[in-house]
Amino acid sequence: MENTEIKEQAEHTHSYGVYVLVWLALITLTGLTAVIAGINFGRLSVVVAIVIAVVKSYLVLTEFMHLKTESRTFKAFIFVALFFILVSLTLLFSDYSFMVGK
Amino acid sequence: MSTTDSIQAAAAEHHIEGHVHRDDIRSKMGMWLFLFSELLLFGGLFFMYSVYRYMHQADFSIASKEMNTFLGTLNTVILLTSSLTMALAINAMQRGKKGLSIFLQIFTILCGAAFMVNKVIEWSHEFAEGNYPGSAILAAKPSGQILYFGLYYSMVGLHGLHVLVGMTVIIFMLVFTIRGKITPDNYVKLEAAGLYWHLVDIIWIFLFPLFYLIT
Repeated sequence: MENTEIKEQAEHTHSYGVYVLVWLALITLTGLTAVIAGINFGRLSVVVAIVIAVVKSYLVLTEFMHLKTESRTFKAFIFVALFFILVSLTLLFSDYSFMVGK
Repeated sequence: MSTTDSIQAAAAEHHIEGHVHRDDIRSKMGMWLFLFSELLLFGGLFFMYSVYRYMHQADFSIASKEMNTFLGTLNTVILLTSSLTMALAINAMQRGKKGLSIFLQIFTILCGAAFMVNKVIEWSHEFAEGNYPGSAILAAKPSGQILYFGLYYSMVGLHGLHVLVGMTVIIFMLVFTIRGKITPDNYVKLEAAGLYWHLVDIIWIFLFPLFYLIT
């Protein structure tokens, strides 16, 4: 019993290096968004900005917030929460385009 | 008789001294549930933003030119760095390095303070330009730009409030750490504070391109 607890704790502990690497990736992506915003991709610009923001959030969630090593229950929690945000966003925009169409 | 007695006595002793009534998994689960309520709060605001931006694309682009992109980028770097130091503070505590953890927590709080100082600089600049809610200069602008500034002040303002709350929470964690209430065997409080701080960081990751980098 105690052994498994110790093992679990060891799994939770990343090395400092992993955190620094994740931070470097986040800073690089920030620079990338800022540079890309200077170039006009037209309608694609906002898509690129959102995609980069999603990648950054994924890194923060999995590495800094330890979701990677968390149990399935936690992962299911996040999945359900994000899924419903996506559902409401889809409903919102279908409603909006319907109203504009009128 | 005597053996059962001694076993019971040992069990009772173990219960008092060894067993701690604590459930770290459920504590963390509670924190995540709270974070989801935060997600709903900001999610609604992001939805409102997306519809208004879609309706007033040109006005949003013009209004966002007033933003200081340099300060925005700097604040992103500051907040990401503070997330790193917060994660490292927890890691240091797990390894039993109390001094290092205290240093990293202080560094995280200072990053939060630097973020707020930049916000004050930005907002006082906007106020000087007359881009504040209820000003005659702003009221004379097209409705799309008024909406942009309304959303800017409410969303970025609410986020700033979260940074202040996060800083306060980490100050409490710092005191707990110094007083020995947070230890390498019991650091779930620090972990929960970290989760909150990272969520505040994630919200800023989205706010930054949506308000500062509109082409």
